[in-house]
Amino acid sequence: MAPPAQSNRSPSPSQPSGKSEVSDLKLQLRQLAGSRAPGVDDSKRELFKKVISYMTIGIDVSSLFGEMVMCSVTPDIVLKKMCYLYVGNYAKVNPDLALLTINFLQRDCKDEDPMIRGLALRSLCSLRVANLVEYLVGQLGSGLKDSNSYVRTVAVMGVLKLYHISALTCVDADFPAVLKHLLLNDPDTQVVANCLSALQEIWSSEATTSEEALRDRETLLSKPVVYYLLNRIKEFSEWAQCLVLELVAKYVPSDSNEIFDIMNLLEDRLHHANGAVVLATTKLFLHLTLSMTDVHQQVYERIKAPLLTLVSSGSPEQSYAVLSHLHLLVMRAPYIFASDYKHFYCQYNEPSYVKKLKLEMLTAVANESNTYEIVTELCEYAANVDIPIARESIRAVGKIALEQYDVNAIVDRLLQFLEMEKDYVTSEALVLVKDLLRKYPQWSHDCIAVVGNISSKNIQEPKAKAALIWMLGEYSQDMQDAPYILESLIENWDDEHSAEVRLHLLTAVMKCFFKRPPETQKTLGAALAAGVADFHQDVHDRALFYYRLLQYNVTVAERVVNPPKQAVSVFADTQSSEVKDRIFDEFNTLSVVYQKPSYMFTDKEHRGPFEFSDELGNLSIGTESTDTGVPGHRVEANDKDLLLSTSEEEETRVPSNNGAYNAPSYDSSLVSIVASQPQSDLLSTNTVVPSSASQSSFAIDNLLGLGVSVTPALAPAPSPPPLNLNPKAALDPSTFQQKWRQLPISLSQEYSMSPSGVGALTTPQALLLHMQSHSVHCIASGGQSPNFKFFFFAQKAEEPSIFLVECVISTANSKAQIKIKADDQSVSQEFSSLFQSALSKFGLP
Amino acid sequence: MISQFFVLSQRGDNIVFRDYRGEVQKGSAEIFFRKVKFWKEDGEGDAPPVFNVDGVNYFHVKVAGLLFAATTRANVSPSFVLELLQRIARVIKDYLGVLNEDSLRKNFVLVYELLDEVIDFGYVQTTSTEVLKSYVFNEPLVVDASRMPPLGPAAIFRQGTKRMPGTAITKSVVANEPGGRKREEIFVDVIEKISVTFSSSGYILTSEIDGTIQMKSYLTGNPEIRVALNEDLSIGQGGRSIHDYSSSFGAGTVTLDDCNFHESVRLDSFDIDRTLTMIPPDGEFSVMNYRITQEFKPPFRINTLVEEAGLLKAEVIIKVRAEFPSSVSANTILVQMPLPAYTIRASFELEPGTVGNTTDFKEANKRLEWGLKKIIGGSEHTLRAKLTFSQESHGNILKEAGPVSMTFTISMYNASKLQVKYLQIVKKTKTDNPYRWVRYITQANSYVARL
Repeated sequence: MAPPAQSNRSPSPSQPSGKSEVSDLKLQLRQLAGSRAPGVDDSKRELFKKVISYMTIGIDVSSLFGEMVMCSVTPDIVLKKMCYLYVGNYAKVNPDLALLTINFLQRDCKDEDPMIRGLALRSLCSLRVANLVEYLVGQLGSGLKDSNSYVRTVAVMGVLKLYHISALTCVDADFPAVLKHLLLNDPDTQVVANCLSALQEIWSSEATTSEEALRDRETLLSKPVVYYLLNRIKEFSEWAQCLVLELVAKYVPSDSNEIFDIMNLLEDRLHHANGAVVLATTKLFLHLTLSMTDVHQQVYERIKAPLLTLVSSGSPEQSYAVLSHLHLLVMRAPYIFASDYKHFYCQYNEPSYVKKLKLEMLTAVANESNTYEIVTELCEYAANVDIPIARESIRAVGKIALEQYDVNAIVDRLLQFLEMEKDYVTSEALVLVKDLLRKYPQWSHDCIAVVGNISSKNIQEPKAKAALIWMLGEYSQDMQDAPYILESLIENWDDEHSAEVRLHLLTAVMKCFFKRPPETQKTLGAALAAGVADFHQDVHDRALFYYRLLQYNVTVAERVVNPPKQAVSVFADTQSSEVKDRIFDEFNTLSVVYQKPSYMFTDKEHRGPFEFSDELGNLSIGTESTDTGVPGHRVEANDKDLLLSTSEEEETRVPSNNGAYNAPSYDSSLVSIVASQPQSDLLSTNTVVPSSASQSSFAIDNLLGLGVSVTPALAPAPSPPPLNLNPKAALDPSTFQQKWRQLPISLSQEYSMSPSGVGALTTPQALLLHMQSHSVHCIASGGQSPNFKFFFFAQKAEEPSIFLVECVISTANSKAQIKIKADDQSVSQEFSSLFQSALSKFGLP
Repeated sequence: MISQFFVLSQRGDNIVFRDYRGEVQKGSAEIFFRKVKFWKEDGEGDAPPVFNVDGVNYFHVKVAGLLFAATTRANVSPSFVLELLQRIARVIKDYLGVLNEDSLRKNFVLVYELLDEVIDFGYVQTTSTEVLKSYVFNEPLVVDASRMPPLGPAAIFRQGTKRMPGTAITKSVVANEPGGRKREEIFVDVIEKISVTFSSSGYILTSEIDGTIQMKSYLTGNPEIRVALNEDLSIGQGGRSIHDYSSSFGAGTVTLDDCNFHESVRLDSFDIDRTLTMIPPDGEFSVMNYRITQEFKPPFRINTLVEEAGLLKAEVIIKVRAEFPSSVSANTILVQMPLPAYTIRASFELEPGTVGNTTDFKEANKRLEWGLKKIIGGSEHTLRAKLTFSQESHGNILKEAGPVSMTFTISMYNASKLQVKYLQIVKKTKTDNPYRWVRYITQANSYVARL
């Protein structure tokens, strides 16, 4: 419905202000109101149409309320409908006048024609006027019992509308209970679907205050309700099917047979032409199988083709929605999509929002076998007329290079970009070459030769300029002209608007000075003088800092600014794995499109019944890091299904045997493919990620130009004697808690689990025994798939020094996050490697 | 669950605006339109179909130059809302016959009537054209189709999106023919959008067919329909498995990578004889969507030659050869090629005696455009363009120009060889045999030759 015109809104020239027109209409309506002349309905229709059209474009026609109501005493259904529309729109701002309509609406609610009854009831409930609710209860009560299903569907929605006007009236009239009865008994599926929508909304909102509503809401997820809906699923409209599927995704089946039953029942939903149904089914399948690694992989294989078909069959908008989800899946399991890379090639006429997603997917699926083709394709896009996409493509090439496939060839291409003489291409390529050099210093020779030919005058973008300057400083010994280029840059200090570039300039000159003192000394002086006089606080501070450092001791200064560097092995990821898991939990919602979990863009009240993870995923790992106060107890108290060494619950969750995914009709043909091929892929991707977070962290410091970082200057500790652990170590939980609270985290790392390890985690107990055999003992464990959490401890063999470990394993992405606290922090690194090597052997025969 | 639904014209006027839940502020349509408009002006390309401003999620699809939009504060399924918007547009089209700004403005009361029944309090009630018939009482005011730009797939294609074209039928499901009699007929269109990328040496780098079988039924009494497809049709990952060579053998075998079906389609005998059975709902719908990556013969070959002719000059020769039978012809062909940014002039030379060709150099985006009305199968066409540059090209022309892309529509031709063998109306009505129309349309989606 159109909004009533706002007073502060100036009407656009194309729209009449409407003052005189409205009074004109008023007059005409009055004339017609009492008339019974033949053909009067046609004239009324014309007038009503005008009124509605004004309403649509935002002219306030609320002053006609009285006349409209008078005219609506008519058997003409088209007129009635227009009048209802009008009344529904303006009743809220004219509550007194709305009272006028009650009479005829109530009369219509008792009409012989079910259509009129339904229409009137819907309009009555849409008035949104609080003081009219008393009229609603009775009508809704009879509407819910109406023999006509149309009236009942309207009545069910009416109950929800009533709830929003006056929750108390709705609950007092016991309408939720009536809806619950209809949910399970009404023969019409749309009535059932509306009951489900209404009850979810009502109970979710009530659940914040009422225990009973909370329990009621739980019953929606009970086996009888879920099965009842599932068995009728094909009778529902495609939209209602989505609703049911969404509900079932929250249901927790008791065993794997149940899971297979559900999946077999819904298998054909994957071939539905409606993308919403397919995605809802996909979500359900993915969540059902989270704890069954093999079947989970099968699901990925299964959903691939239907999703790709949806991407290419719908409008660009529909494609985008599906592609966003595919993007998420590709990011989680790139190896499964590695052979489908051609589907992610961009088409020249695609909107850029689609291209961007595809570029990221291409980057993700690149591996040894397809890198050449992918990079060739990406290089085509780099010459694209669409400049933002050209830039993204170059970045994609760089990202693939950093993943260390076929670096040799890629470096060549990047260097070709540098020679392309398009300024944005050069800029992007420079930034990439810089990153590459940080990771592969061995390429410096080739790169420097090309970079040396680039004139700094042609580079305008701050990021690219900073990259160039960094290289000049870092490799000044290899670049003949480095001191002189820097000199000319310093001379133009005042023209340099970017503080980032000036910061880099300072550091680069310092580095250059240590390598080629005689040539740089003068420039350094000029740079420091300019820097100290700089109006930008950071630039000023850094210049001053360098100056004093040099004054204090040149050798120390060199150690600070120009320490020996280690190559970066892994660049810090922008998104933490918790955030990614959270998004995955919210599959088939906007979170996936925005690539953010819902709490980042939605207010609490609107997450409502749609949020998946709030009730189920109470094991919120991310938020805990700050207050890891009393882990043992917390774990016990917060998470009902955390087990402190119990085994009964495991049995229910574990598939009965290894061949469980073979359950009768769930695609035996696929099993063989999955079993043979992707396994090897899995292994290969996982060997890639080395875990030396500590190294990377200080290398990054340097690259950011933060030469101030003192950490790298510390000489590495002399290698200590090998660490031996006490196999019979003992620690009571309270001591553990106390120590955990007192000690700082000495190491925090992320570690990739082997697929076999993840697979074996279906029985968490096995991990405990395994670790025990490596003299690492468990004190508490819990969680459910995909997130498990363990607390371990270990003790040095020779002395009572203790190590404490928090280990959070996510089977969904095969990552283990480890936090180590130690009495003797000097050996925590050794302990960490010991722990990781033990963990990596888990699941291996 | 959605909060509001509205349709905006290209200029941003509200044509219809329906607020279902009163949760989103009134000015949302303006906020939405401004955002969409500035997205483009800020050089970020098209606004994505979903975005969030101050906690309100805005969804939109573009249909027939109109923006169909919805808002909500809830974290809903994006696919659900976008599918819904597309469906609403189609239901409206079913009723109006023609969907454009004019027809929508004339029939906005009917559209409100539809919207009231399609969605209640933000929840979808029904989108079935047939079910809706019993609740909708306004008669559509049919817009004169002859005044509209030429219909058919080409018209839609010209908008530059990859929309599936509607059929050329512009008849409302509720309006009767002049004379009051309803004509008994059913239309089946096999529409294939093909994407091909040729490498600089003419090899096919990627090729894909995205097809759909679209049906629009005007049969009274909703009889059962049986559609038979090629008997040798197979479904599976075409040629991907190394053990399966069959797909590359045997002329005429059609291998679909994957397909999906409309809800009404029953597949009881599909595995045996490749027939689809259905009781078609009223209005237009896709019986089946399919995707093929199996190799096929591309309808056009494009050869491009770029030669430097002096310091500030170059010549481009584009040859297009139609490799389909001479009994069919392609229509509304447009060949485009981005030229180097420093191109200042282009003069064109066509073969002597050619008619119906247009050539143009688009100064603003430095693009060469060559339009042909019609290409008959087996023929070859050549365009020579002489370019003048404002600066030396340093032998980099190939990196700064291209690729050549092409759009076209070929009717009564389909690249995949998928066929509707027969279309059977199971229970014949008493009247004469209804008209049955089966048509094939192939059009370019992304047809690109690199330099």
